Amino acid sequence: MAKHTLIDKLAILADAAKYDASCASSGTTQRNSLGSSGLGSTEGMGICHAYAPDGRCISLLKVLLTNFCIFDCRYCINRSSSNVERARFTPSELVKLTLDFYKRNYIEGLFLSSGIIRSPDYTMEQMVEVARMLREDHGFRGYIHLKTIAEADPMLIEQAGLYADRLSVNIELPTETGLSSFAPEKSGHTIRKAMADVKLRIDEDKAEQTSKIIKPGNMAPRFAPGGQSTQMIVGADTSSDAEIIKTSECLYSGYKMRRVYYSAYSPIPDASSDLPPIAPPLMREHRLYQADWLFRFYGFKTDEILSSSSGGMLDLDIDPKLAWALKHRDWFPVNVNKAPRHLLMRVPGLGSIGVKRVLSARRLTALRLDDMAKLTQSVKKVLPFIETLDWSPGKLTDMANLRARFAPPPEQLSLI
Amino acid sequence: MITAKIEAQADFDAWRTTARLLLQNEIAPENVDWEIPGSEGSLFSDLADPISRLKAVRSEIKCPKAFVEIGKRVICFRDPGRFARLYTILWRLQSDRTLLKNTVDPDVIWLTQCDKAVRRDRHKMHAFVRFRIVGLGQFRREQFAAWFEPTHYITELAAPFFKRRFPNMDWVIVTPDCTAIWNGTDLHFTPGGQKSEVPEEDAIEDHWKTYFNSIFNPARLKVGAMIAEMPKKYWKNMPEAIDIPDMIQSARARENAMREHGVTTANPMAETLKSRMALQAAHDQKFKTLADAKNAVQSCRRCPLHCHASQAVFGEGPKNARLMIVGEQPGDQEDIAGRPFVGPAGGVLNAALCEAGIDRDAAYVTNAVKHFKFKVRGKRRIHERPSAGEIDHCRWWLETEKRLVKPDIVLTLGASAVRAILGKNVRISDMRGEAHILSDGTKLFATVHPAFLLRLTDVRRREEELKSFVNDLRQARRVLDRLET
Repeated sequence: MAKHTLIDKLAILADAAKYDASCASSGTTQRNSLGSSGLGSTEGMGICHAYAPDGRCISLLKVLLTNFCIFDCRYCINRSSSNVERARFTPSELVKLTLDFYKRNYIEGLFLSSGIIRSPDYTMEQMVEVARMLREDHGFRGYIHLKTIAEADPMLIEQAGLYADRLSVNIELPTETGLSSFAPEKSGHTIRKAMADVKLRIDEDKAEQTSKIIKPGNMAPRFAPGGQSTQMIVGADTSSDAEIIKTSECLYSGYKMRRVYYSAYSPIPDASSDLPPIAPPLMREHRLYQADWLFRFYGFKTDEILSSSSGGMLDLDIDPKLAWALKHRDWFPVNVNKAPRHLLMRVPGLGSIGVKRVLSARRLTALRLDDMAKLTQSVKKVLPFIETLDWSPGKLTDMANLRARFAPPPEQLSLI
Repeated sequence: MITAKIEAQADFDAWRTTARLLLQNEIAPENVDWEIPGSEGSLFSDLADPISRLKAVRSEIKCPKAFVEIGKRVICFRDPGRFARLYTILWRLQSDRTLLKNTVDPDVIWLTQCDKAVRRDRHKMHAFVRFRIVGLGQFRREQFAAWFEPTHYITELAAPFFKRRFPNMDWVIVTPDCTAIWNGTDLHFTPGGQKSEVPEEDAIEDHWKTYFNSIFNPARLKVGAMIAEMPKKYWKNMPEAIDIPDMIQSARARENAMREHGVTTANPMAETLKSRMALQAAHDQKFKTLADAKNAVQSCRRCPLHCHASQAVFGEGPKNARLMIVGEQPGDQEDIAGRPFVGPAGGVLNAALCEAGIDRDAAYVTNAVKHFKFKVRGKRRIHERPSAGEIDHCRWWLETEKRLVKPDIVLTLGASAVRAILGKNVRISDMRGEAHILSDGTKLFATVHPAFLLRLTDVRRREEELKSFVNDLRQARRVLDRLET
């Protein structure tokens, strides 16, 4: 095998990292490099420095330290039984690449993951070393996201958290049976234990930060100030949306996840035999994200969202909020001039910004349908569900074929 | 008509001074002709009064803080009408303090939309500026330059971000309207420039393009989503964007190729890794009792010996025996019985122990290797000496037994047992006759294996050897006796 150049390695190890959906660089402490000899800043809001034609944001240099792996998870391109080309960065190669990219304003920082080589501890040590070099040797104040290896020594996770803004460990599949059949070397128990450890440490850190009489300096190491996140693969096993959403709810409540990412299983080169290459279920992934938003920000209970599902699967043709509304017509119409915020949030077509604008405007003027057209993306969508000064939907709300107004027309079978 | 002349495109303070003067003179918005930078002046500008004629009438003009904040951004909006419209809103705010909260008012909608556009443009500038290295400056500071074409007049608004992020490199951002320059101490602005002022390439860009190509997943093509967030107008100054058309065009073919490629034979490395991991897992597992270990040893796959043996033969004896006797490996009869030293060599051992005054039942008796290794000769299974590798793989079990039994004395029978205890080859003749202290304080006595005595055909020699064997055992017993008193 010819020796890989740095570009060869980058191509292999970025390709190997692209199945991790997260590229977020937001939600950490605000800091910059003024008055220091280092470089980098984080200012709350993340920045997407580019977008690839898959529509995904490129915020961080997302790579694997190595794609050699002793685990054999079926859904993974890097599983030990796959024949992909393997490569490995040295920590200093990766540090230099990160800094070179950062100085040219290509990225917000580094998202480092890795296949597991030799042992979980050894691998985690190498990843921590990259983060340490960036922070300590180069005064790097940009964003660092480290994937933690659940099986690694908690002491290493502790160190990782002191250098990284965010830690994550992927739950991968919502059920224990899915995990044991697709990722035989992983255990949900170990993964959840790792999440619990990280949460505990984040909580301790927060308590310390608030209780200190003397405010700690800018550089007092915080533990993963950007919190933790995780990812579930959608469509690799037979788990239903209901199972996914319920698992998600547990993850948000149990471990204070900042985000649970849903990643439509997408065909990988050299796929495993029990995962026939299918088109990634992108619409399903999209609906799961919408559902996720509903229970996190719109006051929906997961059971409410799932009440409109059939066989535990969300409706692919219409969004879950609309699906819920169509099942619960008795909640509507909502009077936009009188209804409290939590009811406005239930109106299909009204987002949280729209609701905020409605609340602000109606203090000054009684809202008409014209006004609603200015405040929402599509007035057609809200029509059956709202009352304004000059509009009442009457029978429209309870119309039997209301769904047909929103759902895409059934696809015609094409003639060959 | 009053002509209000604005000198710079994005100078909020200049606009504010002018607007204040107009308001103090109660000049209604419809009576102001805003002359913008670079314009020829309107039809009426000759007729209109210049603003310099105006004098402050009322002392104070008030407006909500939020308006000033938004105004500083909206002044950057690339629309010549913005000066006038901002003045209209300021005028209306004098009699309607809550105007900004009226989210359905057309002026407020305009203000909100402009603000959103400017903030988005600033955000995109933070995101899409691409520096190229120019060289090294004083004190070896790295120098970078970028060419960027913002939609609005936002260079001054966006530049402080780069100062906070890159204070320790010198950088210049050239735009058509304005150039931002940072030299380590001072951020200043000069008029706009040309693309040609910035280097045409940077060696790192090839790496960046490689990354951009590799992180893209061709099975999830969503061109619309990309363009929504990264409009084409920005592409010409982003080095990676040149690859986008090819990436889109080849995506379907790449996806199909992945499907058609189908399944290949599993990488043979996987099996090797799996067995290595099982080994590691067993290593990491610490048994709490001899019974657990005895149970687990049956599924040991550390070496290939399990393939032909009937069972693993674990040690036996009291769990806190003071003496641990280690042989080589189970023989033909032990393999069947599942117990150590029950065959001919066991007979020799029992007799010798008896003569030396050692109670076998009080000792823990085991072997260096737990599975029977043999060759088939006709109808018989002939013992075969275990290899160093097999002994070493099996050492872990012996260590486990030693850890749980905690004997004071270990007695090894034969060379394999010595290797298993010490981890290296040492000749028995070099060790016999004295106690060796192991690192954990245990005393080690080494002697020959009873099977060796069985193999001796010369009767006199056998008797001599048997005598020395019993002597070795006696020596161990004396130490045992001393420990007991």
